[in-house]
Amino acid sequence: MQAQLTKGNEAIVKAAVLAGCRAYYGYPITPASEIAEAAALYLPQVGGVFLQAESETASINMLYGGAAAGVRCMTASSGPGISLMQEGLSYIAGAELPCVVADIMRGGPGLGNIAPEQSDYNQIVKGGGHGCYHTLVLAPGSAQEMADFTTWAFDLADQYRNPVVVLADGYTGQMMEPVRFADPIAVPPPPEWAVRGTAQTRPNLVTSIFLEPDLLEKHIRKLEAKYHEAERREARAECWRTEDAEIVLVGYGIMGRVLKAVVGLARAQGIKVGLLRPLTLYPFPTAKLRELSRDARAFLVAELSTGQLLDDVRLTLEGRRPIEFFSRVGGNVPSAEEVLAFLVHTFASSLESQEVLVHG
Amino acid sequence: MGSFTVTQERAECFYDCFERKAELQHQTHYCPGCGHGIVHKLLAQAIDELGIQDRTILISPVGCSVFAYYYFDVGNIQSAHGRAPAVATAVKRSRPESIVVSYQGDGDLAAIGTAEIVHAANRGEPITVIFVNNGIYGMTGGQMAPTTPLGKKSTTSPFGRNQWTEGFPVHVCELLNSLEAPVFIERVGLGTNKQIMNAAKVIKRAVENQVHGLGFSFVEVLSPCPTIWKLNPVEAQRFVRDEMAKTFGIANLRDHTKEAAMRPAAVPPPAIEEIPRILGLVNGHAEAPPTGRPDRALNLHIKVAGFGGQGVLLLGEVLAEAGLEAGYEVSWLPSYGPEMRSGTSNCHVRLSSDPIDSPMVSRPNVLLALNEPSLRKFLPAVEAGGIVLYNGEAFPEDCARRDVRGMALPFSHLADGMGESKAGNIIMLGALLEATGLLEEEQVIGALRRLVKSQRWFELDLKALECGREEVRKQPFPMAEDYLWGV
Ligand SMILES: Cc1ncc(C[n+]2csc(CCOP(=O)(O)OP(=O)(O)O)c2C)c(N)n1
Ligand code: SF4
Ligand SMILES: [Mg+2]
Repeated sequence: MQAQLTKGNEAIVKAAVLAGCRAYYGYPITPASEIAEAAALYLPQVGGVFLQAESETASINMLYGGAAAGVRCMTASSGPGISLMQEGLSYIAGAELPCVVADIMRGGPGLGNIAPEQSDYNQIVKGGGHGCYHTLVLAPGSAQEMADFTTWAFDLADQYRNPVVVLADGYTGQMMEPVRFADPIAVPPPPEWAVRGTAQTRPNLVTSIFLEPDLLEKHIRKLEAKYHEAERREARAECWRTEDAEIVLVGYGIMGRVLKAVVGLARAQGIKVGLLRPLTLYPFPTAKLRELSRDARAFLVAELSTGQLLDDVRLTLEGRRPIEFFSRVGGNVPSAEEVLAFLVHTFASSLESQEVLVHG
Repeated sequence: MGSFTVTQERAECFYDCFERKAELQHQTHYCPGCGHGIVHKLLAQAIDELGIQDRTILISPVGCSVFAYYYFDVGNIQSAHGRAPAVATAVKRSRPESIVVSYQGDGDLAAIGTAEIVHAANRGEPITVIFVNNGIYGMTGGQMAPTTPLGKKSTTSPFGRNQWTEGFPVHVCELLNSLEAPVFIERVGLGTNKQIMNAAKVIKRAVENQVHGLGFSFVEVLSPCPTIWKLNPVEAQRFVRDEMAKTFGIANLRDHTKEAAMRPAAVPPPAIEEIPRILGLVNGHAEAPPTGRPDRALNLHIKVAGFGGQGVLLLGEVLAEAGLEAGYEVSWLPSYGPEMRSGTSNCHVRLSSDPIDSPMVSRPNVLLALNEPSLRKFLPAVEAGGIVLYNGEAFPEDCARRDVRGMALPFSHLADGMGESKAGNIIMLGALLEATGLLEEEQVIGALRRLVKSQRWFELDLKALECGREEVRKQPFPMAEDYLWGV
């Protein structure tokens, strides 16, 4: 299909419909509302369900029902709404139901504001709900990736029988870029475990309760094994000009884009900088990051939070290399020049002396 | 199972052996005399009699009946505390042929799940809700429920439920009866054998309504919980008959089954090949994708800014859309939210021969300022040599830069002259195009055709484009092509 100038949020819905999504349950919130609005426009026209729920609590439980009935379904929200969904996400992971949630992050805590932040990282990547579960988390950085990662999310969700979150920020949701959409697929046949109200599916049960400790442990170990498999197979990152990089920048979403510009500016000044942009946040691209740490002298994590992605980078590098941190919050997105100035300032002495100081 | 069991034989839609239970697989987990056991039988009987076992999907709640799926040989979904109506809604919407029964206790439905039940009812979801009101939190060991009668002691109302601190028992049927959509609402009891026989009939009707495709049907069952109330089964039944029935009243509150409108049939889904058209993906773009990059290299960082309502975002979008048509990489990033509401608006537009790193424009090489505050805000960031178009007679004295190529024209006034003051943005676009030779005319017109939905506005915008070009032809500005190409 021809590339079409498309808003990130709309790209999610169009890609979802093309990927066979036939139900959307959601509650409005800026900066994610275009997703609900586009879903309201398109889903009824393709024989699907759109329902504006009474709350995000209801939306996520509707997803639980829709997924249990074997339908590809999704919702979208942002900070406060995602907080309300956490109990439901835990149930969905516990009951091993596939579904897709888009989180278009805004400023927090509390009502915060509606400008872009990346502060839902912990509640999504670390699992804001109860119990030992993970959501698989994809981090698009362009309108094209909003579409492609949504398609990918539905496939992963089915493959792993697990909720998959497309974690983007307000800017990535609001911006328009050319998007080339995939061809539509037929609605996939319902999985055999689904409860559909037919003779064939009558024995099926969807539940997350395992009363006996031994049975629950077995269940949790099964989930754990599944997550390990995802860690082995699904982690992805984009490496940008890292071949000879002495300093590797790490950032995702809109920050990944800003950092790309920083790489260009820094290299124009003769500083060998590269970028690692995680495309999956869970599973985290651990192997790639460690590989880069062999040649890079230092890392600079830049994100729109006070240090959520940073924790994962630290856990991954285990002190192998010094890590510096650049942070903007409150809805402020730094310019490439601002990050460059920080980089030059921070690494000034080491760049001169050809030695990297260990900070913090 | 208590002394007032009405069904002697095991219903067909109960499992013969409760294999999902860890032990004691031939009896239920309910206490002797528990209302849940009775309601299960009545519901099972209804399912049998209606011949819908294969089609039935039971949504069980959190509460003592969390394990309803141990017993019902139907499709089973166990849901979160209070959320069964939301789960049921989605199941029914996607599987309209199924018979969806949402089964809930009083803590589940009338406390934590209040919003879900009210809204499922208000939407008239064509499901059946069985609401077992035993006036207490059974499963968690006897805490106060929203339905606990006044004066009753519980572990969390140790001095008896007090209206001043705990409020009055919630009458759910009456609440739901204030809504338009529900088709059937009735409260029944398990206080006497007669009441139980009536409950059997009512539960069956509530399920049958769904079989007939009617809307939301709701049955509240006043129900004994001998264990928590520390009564024997007979006393517990008497408690339902005397106290619960007195508190809540046993009655049909609504029966609109005769006059209920039939739901419109679902429209059959379109063929898969139709979907791109529905999504607007088959549009006015040239059939063949642009072959390769345009000859001229370009790396524009454009900032468009002004008041909300001046068409700032549209101006940016036309540039991006036309740039895409011309074969460039493009991006468009708007300011959004309260920033817009406070009256100002801006967007970042990139047009580039190379893939775009950041869509954010921090150092514009083109600034299109539709008002003075925007000029003041963004002019300092413009790259040396950059192009600045300003909507005004002249640049304010204290706000000018010698190292940029500026053009001040009263675009809004020119638009007033055309009879449409809002067309100033497109007049500015015309001036930019004329002064720079950026983009071909047909690319810009193509973009306008796709983006401007009203024919009147489209024609106005064509005039506005020409008006802008005309102004520049009258008094050429010093922004020869050499600057843009190659930046
Ligand atoms: C979110 C959440 N809060 C609290 C609980 C604990 N809990 C389990 S059942 C229940 C009350 C159930 O009472 P009711 O709905 O009246 O059912 P009954 O056992 O009386 O049939 C509570 C509070 C829970 N499981 N989940
Ligand atoms: S505690 Fe009450 S509601 Fe729960 S099973 Fe026992 S009698 Fe029934
Ligand atoms: Mg109860």
